[in-house]
Amino acid sequence: MNRIDAKFKELKEKGVPAFIPFITAGDPDLDATRKLILEFDRRGADMIELGVPYSDPIADGPVIQSSYYRALSSGIKFSDILDLVRDIRKESEIPIVSMISQSILFKYGHKEFVKSAINAGLDGATIPDLPIEEAEGIIETGELEDFKIACFIAPTTTDDRVDLIVKKSQGFLYYISVVGITGSKNELNKVITTNIQKIKKATRLPVALGFGISTPEQARIAGRVADGVIVGSAIVREIEKHIDQDCSALVNEVGAFVGELVTSTKNQN
Amino acid sequence: MKTITDNNMNIAEAFYGQNVPDKSGHFGEYGGKFVPETLMPALEQLEREYLIAKDDPKFNEELKYYLSEYVGRPSPLYYARRLTEKLNGPKIYLKREDLNHTGAHKINNTMGQVLLAIRMGKKRIIAETGAGQHGVATATAAAMFGLECDVYMGEEDIRRQSLNVFRMKLLGANVVPVKTGSRTLKDATNEALRDWMSSVVNTHYIIGSVVGPHPYPVMVRDFQIVIGQEMREQIQSAEGRLPDYIIACVGGGSNAIGAFYPFIDDKDVKLIGVEAGGLGYDVGQHASTLSSGEKGVLHGSLSYVLQDDDGQTSPVHSISAGLDYPGVGPEHSYLKDIHRADYVSVTDDEAVDAFSMCARLEGIIPALEASHAIAYMVKFAPTVDKDKIIVLNLSGSGDKDSFEVAGKLGIDL
Repeated sequence: MNRIDAKFKELKEKGVPAFIPFITAGDPDLDATRKLILEFDRRGADMIELGVPYSDPIADGPVIQSSYYRALSSGIKFSDILDLVRDIRKESEIPIVSMISQSILFKYGHKEFVKSAINAGLDGATIPDLPIEEAEGIIETGELEDFKIACFIAPTTTDDRVDLIVKKSQGFLYYISVVGITGSKNELNKVITTNIQKIKKATRLPVALGFGISTPEQARIAGRVADGVIVGSAIVREIEKHIDQDCSALVNEVGAFVGELVTSTKNQN
Repeated sequence: MKTITDNNMNIAEAFYGQNVPDKSGHFGEYGGKFVPETLMPALEQLEREYLIAKDDPKFNEELKYYLSEYVGRPSPLYYARRLTEKLNGPKIYLKREDLNHTGAHKINNTMGQVLLAIRMGKKRIIAETGAGQHGVATATAAAMFGLECDVYMGEEDIRRQSLNVFRMKLLGANVVPVKTGSRTLKDATNEALRDWMSSVVNTHYIIGSVVGPHPYPVMVRDFQIVIGQEMREQIQSAEGRLPDYIIACVGGGSNAIGAFYPFIDDKDVKLIGVEAGGLGYDVGQHASTLSSGEKGVLHGSLSYVLQDDDGQTSPVHSISAGLDYPGVGPEHSYLKDIHRADYVSVTDDEAVDAFSMCARLEGIIPALEASHAIAYMVKFAPTVDKDKIIVLNLSGSGDKDSFEVAGKLGIDL
């Protein structure tokens, strides 16, 4: 079974939401990314969303964009990121979903991308600039290899589109919790609860909530309604804050923050 | 004067074949919509409203009114006698888009889109700009209709186009400096898209060229084809026939597509797009996307792009801020692949020489963007028979470029 499916199944049985930290591969360098992921695993994170840096992101906020620039400034390539995942797989079975721009995916082609991703040990991908209408090809290619392409739903998504997206998405659904880019609003909207309940009626796929969740308290509230909670910008900001420290100090500091987020997300009583 | 509803629907059908572009904006494999889910409903709304407006006589009357009374259309098609004599080749006509209000073709599109924004009930306008011509045209239309306006502009472009920055501010627009990446047009586009992601409910994003996700490439083209439609009538009345060549500069490609599109089915009319060759052929030295790029995805559509093997956008360079862009409109990519249009490039230096030549011979100071088209014509015209006709789309005025060119020539203003 795909690691994503297995993890959501396990958590459903336990009745707790997943906590999914996002980090950018290569920020500040690939070795730090490897150590951070292993540390997140140790601290109880359930899954990793691993950002593939891109020069011209439009779906990401300024915090994540800066992390992309930091990563790209060292000249890393997608193939280096696959090597990183391969290394991690020697020590950890934590599910890893890559977040990759269509610009990079297109360059590799569907088959080549899915094949090399699976070989390296990735379990799926989210493609933030690929709406459902253009996603059929990659979803089909992914399905053949049990590689999960998880699709997005936004508060602005119309009901017709929700129907289409829940039918096509694989692994889980990524619900964008604020209108806008990652990390821009420091609050959770009440409309979200209603929307997620509506989505859950339409599908058995787990629904993960992301964009704009930045504190342990918000993560806990998000975990009440969603099957998974994704935190990105707040963690990347933490990396940025400790970037001048040596690697082990950085891993400790960021790990501690993720630990708090995990504890708070899981504490639903 | 014609506008969008006057028979443009199937202008190119004989050549393109049916179903190009298809309903989701694909020109062959190019185009499409590659944007975050958050923006999809806005694009769908825009497309819906545009399709209704385009067939609404009231909308067209209104657009026609503003284009004629406010923009000053039709723009003249001027026989450039001294350029013709100097190059000793075919007859040369200049389509004077520089004479439009605000000094470039950009206002054809912004008038159309602002009217559309008003129809959609959106009170705020955002735009990206490179040379500042689109920013000025957007700020102008927004001012005239009393809409709030924010224009994203790269810091590097703010430096080299300070006059346009000041004009936008005079017009009441807020110019937002973009400090990320190369601090030019592509980065301004990223920021404008990002703004739109969180403001989509009350904001319309006016893209300035035939780039971006569907429906922009089709819609912006439709607002610009007034250029080619006028050209057609004007050359018919001047010469009693169609031209042999149409030459236009290509950054994103809006002035070129506006000039080309009404002639696509006339296969004896050769269409030539001129890109920015910058300082040379090496990566980072030029912005010749069609001449040396590859298929890729940038800013919401699939097209030729200047990028590396990993899909990362390559650095680009052009003396002309309006051509300094690593992408190009999907319809141009299609025209290139079906061999309906040819795309060439000229260097910064050639463009600057053409800029001066046009000023001295014709008393017209062309924009650096249009100077690229002129520079190619300077090389090309002497090789062509004298009984041929060239129409060159002089897309904008070079007043804005005075400082940049003076600097290049070592003159301190």
